[in-house]
Amino acid sequence: MKELVISKIREGTVIDHIPAGRAILVLKILGINEKTKETVSMALNVTSKKMGKKDIVKVEGLFIKEEELNKIALIAPNATINLIKDYEIEKKFKVKLPEVVRGILRCPNRMCISNSREPISSIFYVRAEGDEVFAKCHYCGRKIKDLSQYLL
Amino acid sequence: MKHLISIDDLSKDEIIGILDKAEDFEDVALGLRSCKILEGKILANLFFEPSTRTRISFETAMKRLGGEVVNVSAQEASSMAKGETLADTVRVISNYCDAIVIRHFLEGAARFAAENSSVPVINAGDGAGQHPTQTLLDLYTIRKECRRLEGLTIALVGDLKYSRTIHSLIKALKLFKNKIYLVSPEILALPEEFLEELDGNAEKAKLEDIIESVDVLYVTRIQKERFLDEEEYRRVAGSYRITPEIVSRMKDGAIILHPLPRVDEIDVRVDSMRQARYFKQAFYGVPVRMAILSEVML
Ligand SMILES: [Zn+2]
Repeated sequence: MKELVISKIREGTVIDHIPAGRAILVLKILGINEKTKETVSMALNVTSKKMGKKDIVKVEGLFIKEEELNKIALIAPNATINLIKDYEIEKKFKVKLPEVVRGILRCPNRMCISNSREPISSIFYVRAEGDEVFAKCHYCGRKIKDLSQYLL
Repeated sequence: MKHLISIDDLSKDEIIGILDKAEDFEDVALGLRSCKILEGKILANLFFEPSTRTRISFETAMKRLGGEVVNVSAQEASSMAKGETLADTVRVISNYCDAIVIRHFLEGAARFAAENSSVPVINAGDGAGQHPTQTLLDLYTIRKECRRLEGLTIALVGDLKYSRTIHSLIKALKLFKNKIYLVSPEILALPEEFLEELDGNAEKAKLEDIIESVDVLYVTRIQKERFLDEEEYRRVAGSYRITPEIVSRMKDGAIILHPLPRVDEIDVRVDSMRQARYFKQAFYGVPVRMAILSEVML
């Protein structure tokens, strides 16, 4: 029997297989906050066969664009997306790591121009190596891993 | 539009193309031939950090090719920086000139300047970041003085950890097949990421073990500020000092380079020895910068 952790939604986006503890970061990346008008629910520390524990996020009444969703791969490379219509899964896919991300990661180099008061947004080139995700700053070339520490 | 921001942006063929062009300009740089191909063009030197040597080298290169130069000094630039952003400064200045040479204390500043400029931007050093014209003149010097750029044994000596000149040179040397020795005190050793880039073409060595086999000895300064203890600095720096006794063990045709300014890491008595090529290296900055200026403006 499939357990029901949070109620089914009629229409919207379900993000599953988020590493436990990172649901909040997923919302941050998607720009979802108290000003968002859609109802958002989160399930934390859900028992998962594959992952041990995982988080789930559901956004009701909103089909988030694939391009936006792929940014989640920076911190949740195995996240799966279910787009729900009339309580049924209309589309299911795994997030794909974007090659470039803008304005999402912060460069740890204090002397990098991207951290100055210039009208600038950070640009990082992203690459997976085995299970690890690396990103390289477009401006200073600094390489980072464990990207969840560097979200803006 | 062509900018020159990082040595990484250039392919091996593009590098060779610039070196060949520089070769053609050498007699112009020496004042033996007139070649006013940049007549009517204006170069803006935008220096947020003083570097008289680099600025004069660019200015000379531009003037030898018939162009004009406007200089924004470090003092003027920093007072400008208080009032407006670099983005705005570059937008304004790029409307006055045909190319900008920029030196800035922040890493990535030159790339950001290029993104906001309507004319080509040349990076003359951005903090601890890139200084590609220095690298090109280093390569030019090696090719000129050793008559090739491949199959050489090159020792990099001194501060391999912080020296931007060394990091940039390593990236370029990787494109050419050479044996590289890394000679530095352990605390100033080459960072791991650069070692990886060299993929096994470099090894750590002691100066006395390799001095007889090197074709190029590239020396950099060991800075006092890197050491907590003055005594330790003196002991370490002293053991990497290039003296006439060391140089006399070098093979025929071997050369010594240094990005200058030098403090005392090369004994002044070495200057008159045939291996000393660092002043020639500084001169080569002019034809190399002529090649770069004509490359981006024509
Ligand atoms: Zn950076």
